[in-house]
Amino acid sequence: MDGGILLFLSSGLFLGWSLGANDAANVFGTAVGSRMVRFRTAAVVCSLFVCLGAVTGGAGAAHTLGRLGAVNALGGSFTVALAAALATFAMTRLGLPVSTSQAVVGAIIGWNLYAGMVTGTSALSKILLSWVLCPVLAAVVAVVVYDLMRRIRKRTRMHLLRQDAAVRWGLLVVGAFGSYSLGANNIANVMGVFVPDNPFNDLVVLGITVTGVQQLFLLGGLAIGVGVLTYSERVMRTVGNRLLRLSPEAALVVVLAQSVVLFLFASEGLEGWLAARGLPTLPLVPVSSSQAVIGAILGLGLLKGGRGVRWRPLGGVGLGWLATPVVAGVTAFFLLFFVDNVFDQPVARPVTYRIDAAVARQLETEGLDIATLSLLVGEEHTNALVLQDRLTETAGLAGGAARRVIEMAEMSPTWIDLGRTNLDLDRDWLALDQLHALRSVSGRRFEHRWQLHQALAEASPLWRLREETPLNRVWNQELRQKLAHIDRVFAVTETHP
Amino acid sequence: MPFFGNTRSLERKLDEFHDTLTEGSLVFREAITAYLDDAEDVFARKLADIDKLESRADRLSAEVEAALYSQSLIPEHRGDVLGLLEHGDEIIDRAQTCLQRFDVERPSIPECWRPHYRRLAEASYQAADAAICASRRFFREPSAVSDFLVKVQHHESEADEIGLDLRRGIFSDQALDLAHRQHLRYFAETVDRVADVAEDVADRLAIYVIKRQM
Repeated sequence: MDGGILLFLSSGLFLGWSLGANDAANVFGTAVGSRMVRFRTAAVVCSLFVCLGAVTGGAGAAHTLGRLGAVNALGGSFTVALAAALATFAMTRLGLPVSTSQAVVGAIIGWNLYAGMVTGTSALSKILLSWVLCPVLAAVVAVVVYDLMRRIRKRTRMHLLRQDAAVRWGLLVVGAFGSYSLGANNIANVMGVFVPDNPFNDLVVLGITVTGVQQLFLLGGLAIGVGVLTYSERVMRTVGNRLLRLSPEAALVVVLAQSVVLFLFASEGLEGWLAARGLPTLPLVPVSSSQAVIGAILGLGLLKGGRGVRWRPLGGVGLGWLATPVVAGVTAFFLLFFVDNVFDQPVARPVTYRIDAAVARQLETEGLDIATLSLLVGEEHTNALVLQDRLTETAGLAGGAARRVIEMAEMSPTWIDLGRTNLDLDRDWLALDQLHALRSVSGRRFEHRWQLHQALAEASPLWRLREETPLNRVWNQELRQKLAHIDRVFAVTETHP
Repeated sequence: MPFFGNTRSLERKLDEFHDTLTEGSLVFREAITAYLDDAEDVFARKLADIDKLESRADRLSAEVEAALYSQSLIPEHRGDVLGLLEHGDEIIDRAQTCLQRFDVERPSIPECWRPHYRRLAEASYQAADAAICASRRFFREPSAVSDFLVKVQHHESEADEIGLDLRRGIFSDQALDLAHRQHLRYFAETVDRVADVAEDVADRLAIYVIKRQM
């Protein structure tokens, strides 16, 4: 195993530890805060299910680079993960429940600024909107669930002790499910970037094959588990008690509301089910569990007239939400500078942008007036932000149109060489027809990513993206993952010129 | 982490505790009636019964208390439930103390005042019974507790009125000497005390119910 890779892994493990110390509070904070579940029980169950989720549910992310996928160099991934972890850790030290995803988003924007990449404003605005929508929806769900539970309690006339036991078990079951989801969804944040350089080989234990990726995710899961066991108690008590004194039933409602909201925003299955029946669908946006929990607690507080809500710590939490991405972004920027210049480690793969004739033709077929671009044809840029400025100044292009030009102009040479000896192509993942299409373009070299994708789409309908509808989302998502895999495998590098 | 089995066993103990209190209050009424009827052997039997019931209530209360603490059950309502058990236990304690005083001091109650003592014992019993019912309902149906609290208030006021009338009558009875009057007044107060304890339980329950419904 390469020692350097392990060193790079350390920042992912630190991020995992920070995530465990912080996000476990979202799942079990209210249960521990209301004294219904002991911290030790919560920590053990949470660690166990986080690992289980990471190994079994997280493997689906094996072909993606996770949310840090835009970062194109291992040194950059290491630094971005470190910056996110440091920001999360700092907030944890202050006892504030922050979102690790927020820290990661902030750190990626920091990397974009450092590497001269354009930040997708539509994706960013979607994420920012979700940071507002998520707590509001969680508050509404919490109020509805609380009212429903109150009615059920009245109707069933359950004994106080049995009710207590039911709530306890409910908290544990919902908490275990929440922990599983935490492991499955967030492991990509922690370890996703290291998948291409995974140092582990497949292992056969008692006749069961544990893949290298599963071992990597288990390591990440263990880091999260250690974070839960060693450092989450303080944040758990903050979430549980400092904002509003919660009854055990309210604690269950909060955890349930959080799970429901995460499910509503993340379930492709639900979206497909609604779309198949012609019903309106919900946008699938990655949301923060921290914000869902705080929203749910606030919803219950307001339902009771808002008298019991402690507004001062709530203000602190809100400030934490605003500060986390900023702190992570600034930290990432400075760390990247440090790693790049002091340790001389590449933190970003240089990307060149060139508007050549092929790009101009393709843009014309897409309906863009290329006359305005004529002055820029043939120009080469190594910084997307500079190209963006040029597009605005010279061609009067901004927003989505400018981003499309930059996307098309990105040079990402690929050479389809299926006869290579060290080919890392996952043939089992591709359909037979897709492999035939790949063979049909074998020996060809493509300067832009879209050119390869176009050639594959012409060769087989199985390489064609479908119209962006909720029903086609799963198809398009998997196809994009496969295309990214092909791009990575056949990329022209120093070892594969 | 308790399983539902443990919970059921604890529920049974709580039910048994309330059954014991109910039985104790019935025994209290029957023992006073027996004393007023000069049925010595019945009174002695009832006195022995209440001793056993009081010990059982103490044991059950201690067991429930220990389980609530050791298993960290109902953290939100543990204090209230323990207070309720303590005050519920006080009802049977008072009833036992009252009967023991009758046994030890053997007050000589003139025939003309006996119906008053009977009515006083009945009102105290009714107040205690309603308080025990309210306590039982608190665990399953808190919204129904208030009906019983009204009954407790009613019977406690009734006991107060009867007790006051009795004391006034005793002290205006010229056939009795002062020592005898004071002795009879003391026993009127002792029987009335059971209703007072029932009222204490009701007062606490009224607050606990509000807390549970919040």
